[in-house]
Amino acid sequence: MKKALIPLVIFAVLVVFLAIGLTRDPHEIPSPLINKPAPMFIAPILQTPAEKFSAKDMLGKVWLLNTWASWCVACRQEHPILMEFAKTKTLPIIGLDYKDQNTEGMKWLARYGNPYDQTITDQDGRIGIDFGVYGVPESFLIDKAGVIRYKQIGPVTDEALRDKILPLIRELQK
Amino acid sequence: MIPEIGHFSLILALFVALAMGAVSVVGGQQGRAEWMAIARPGAQAMWLLTALSFACLTYASYSNDFSVVYVAAHSNSKLPDIYRIAAVWGGHEGSLLLWLLMLTSWMMAVSIFSRQLPDVMVSRVLGILGLVAVGFLLFMLITSNPFLRLSEIPADGRDLNPMLQDPGLVFHPPMLYMGYVGMAVPFAFSIAALLNGRLDAAWARWSRPWATAAWICLTIGIAMGSEWAYYVLGWGGWWFWDPVENASFLPWLVGTALIHSLAVTEKRGLFRNWSIVLAITAFSLSLLGTFLVRSGVLTSVHAFATDPKRGVFILLFLSVVVGGSLALFAVRASKVKSGGSFALVSRETFLLVNNVLLATAAAAVLLGTLYPLIVDALNLGKLSVGPPYFNAVFTPIMMPVLAFMVIGSYARWKSDSVAELTKKLRSVAIISVLLGCMAPFLAGEWSWLVALSLSLAFWIVLGSAVQIVRQIKDTAHWKSTPAAFWGMHVAHIGIAVFVVGVTLVKGYETEKDVRMAVGDTVSVGGYTFKLTGIRTEPGPNYKADVGDVELSRNGQLLRTLNPEKRTYFSSTMPMTQAAIDTGWTRDVYVSLGERLEGGDGQAWAMRVYHKPFVSWIWGGCLLMALGGGIAALDRRYRKKRISSKPHAGKGVPA
Repeated sequence: MKKALIPLVIFAVLVVFLAIGLTRDPHEIPSPLINKPAPMFIAPILQTPAEKFSAKDMLGKVWLLNTWASWCVACRQEHPILMEFAKTKTLPIIGLDYKDQNTEGMKWLARYGNPYDQTITDQDGRIGIDFGVYGVPESFLIDKAGVIRYKQIGPVTDEALRDKILPLIRELQK
Repeated sequence: MIPEIGHFSLILALFVALAMGAVSVVGGQQGRAEWMAIARPGAQAMWLLTALSFACLTYASYSNDFSVVYVAAHSNSKLPDIYRIAAVWGGHEGSLLLWLLMLTSWMMAVSIFSRQLPDVMVSRVLGILGLVAVGFLLFMLITSNPFLRLSEIPADGRDLNPMLQDPGLVFHPPMLYMGYVGMAVPFAFSIAALLNGRLDAAWARWSRPWATAAWICLTIGIAMGSEWAYYVLGWGGWWFWDPVENASFLPWLVGTALIHSLAVTEKRGLFRNWSIVLAITAFSLSLLGTFLVRSGVLTSVHAFATDPKRGVFILLFLSVVVGGSLALFAVRASKVKSGGSFALVSRETFLLVNNVLLATAAAAVLLGTLYPLIVDALNLGKLSVGPPYFNAVFTPIMMPVLAFMVIGSYARWKSDSVAELTKKLRSVAIISVLLGCMAPFLAGEWSWLVALSLSLAFWIVLGSAVQIVRQIKDTAHWKSTPAAFWGMHVAHIGIAVFVVGVTLVKGYETEKDVRMAVGDTVSVGGYTFKLTGIRTEPGPNYKADVGDVELSRNGQLLRTLNPEKRTYFSSTMPMTQAAIDTGWTRDVYVSLGERLEGGDGQAWAMRVYHKPFVSWIWGGCLLMALGGGIAALDRRYRKKRISSKPHAGKGVPA
């Protein structure tokens, strides 16, 4: 009788682990860049490529770097949330048009709206590499000292914004 | 209209399954003949309803009905016909419907090929399968309905994932699911026997051909998946220890142990508890695989779009089915008396040892698969477990299995002596080791791992060959040799063939990763590849860059290979289509990589491989499946059906 219980016990332990596993997201890989200085890049501005944007100019401000692309389906899902968020004027949002054609990127912004204070381009993906981007959308929250404090992998959701990003912004802006 | 019919028949199937499952199981317990009588027609009605539902979804997909969410998400009007049909199981909801169709097909088969089984047994088995189907029907209707409509009908579908637009999708999932779900049948037999309280040889004889049939489908399904990965992923691997591959391999390992354990239970009345636990485990692992693939708890190349609600549902379902079965086992197992004894040196011992090793291998693979999840759950961080772990753990466990399987097939039931066995096997052992150690010299490079693996392969083949020769010579009417004998040897030789393939590919494959412009040549494994041109060709729903690569050996042109790089209109991810020249003793494999910028003219990244004996890997799997098929067709199962004795054996699924 006792021996016959062994399979049941093993299974019960397994179920406990599977249940905990359900509450985790295996895709959520902590970025090694968290709490490290953000790469200080200089990049052309999407609408006027002759002008350059420098990350150094953002020192002293808390800002959000959002990577997107016109070919990215998940970005379309994220977009309305960013549009709403931009209306609150909480902080500057910089869009990084990642591995995209400038004309396509501009068409996309014209069609779905532009939540960005500045949009810069990264046609060859160099900046993306510096930031360890391996899929769009990804967003980075950077503090006044130019340190990355938070990374959102995948679309910014209402929950992530409410529960993680906004409280952190408030704290950093103090 | 058609999708609504499909949806409605699923709902009907749910009610039929509920009624049929409950009534037949309760009827079986209380011995009410009129209640038990619902089992067969109930199972057949479930099959009809599920098949109708499946046909409706197929029609919707085939006719480009993009008002159906599922079709809009997984098909496209430019998709070739065959993939519009295969797209039915190209996503989560549709593949669940395929799961269900397979389950009801097995039920249908049991209802037909069970004439000689006592009604109590049939009604319990079908009732339990019906209740399992209830779980899946609820799962579909609550969380994953494939028939939902869109209010705004899109002009075209989002298209099937280009990775899936391959003949592999047409055959691999149905075959694999057939095997996966087939494990439900021996499971149902075990639960029925536990409910009955009588675990006798008859029970083992009834479940044996079903377990074997499911195992055959699983073997072929896994082999096809591996072959598909080999030519479509473009880097020549054939097994990746990906969580989803493991999910299909786990029931295979346990199923292999099960069919051997059932043999002992049938022949000698031993290992009854062990057979029951293996049957429950094999099906539980199939369910666990479903959970792992569809809940998003692990990262995998196969993962479906996930939804936490689904994970919760499957986990609950898994807990009820497996927890309930194991609890029933805990209550009833003590009542099972062991049927006899056996000596330390006997066929039983070798079978037991191998079964324990197979179960250990399954446990090791399961641990490696779940380890990232366990570590994360304990807040110890994120990590992945890869091939190094699996190869390091799996190989040493399987080596002794290969050694013992031959001894086991020589040893007599009940009791044998070491001296006898040594006498019979000494020369086979010596010759195998000699051949195994010499063969690597032919390849030019000796390594002890290759020598050991090849020795084991020779050991299996020679061991079987000697027995076959002896059988033909010593038996007056060798033609009356039972099919089971041939089946076993064919399957065992299949394992040897598989081992040869794996060993030689791992030991001697060569590859080169080069930059090539038109006119360049590269040599690998004695073959020369010359890139003579790259052209653009349109496909039905993609555009392809096709390379012309002349393959030659010793200056003699063999053939032109055409590796492709396809860009599907619906996706930005390019797909590699490797060109493979397959041979009995080697594959030559070319895949076209990225176009390289810089320099003058066009240059391409190319990967070329020489893979000795790689096709033996799949050939071995097919031989294993063939052996299983021969064994399942043993006259023993059929003869019993012709004679109308009660408690006689049952037929064989076609």
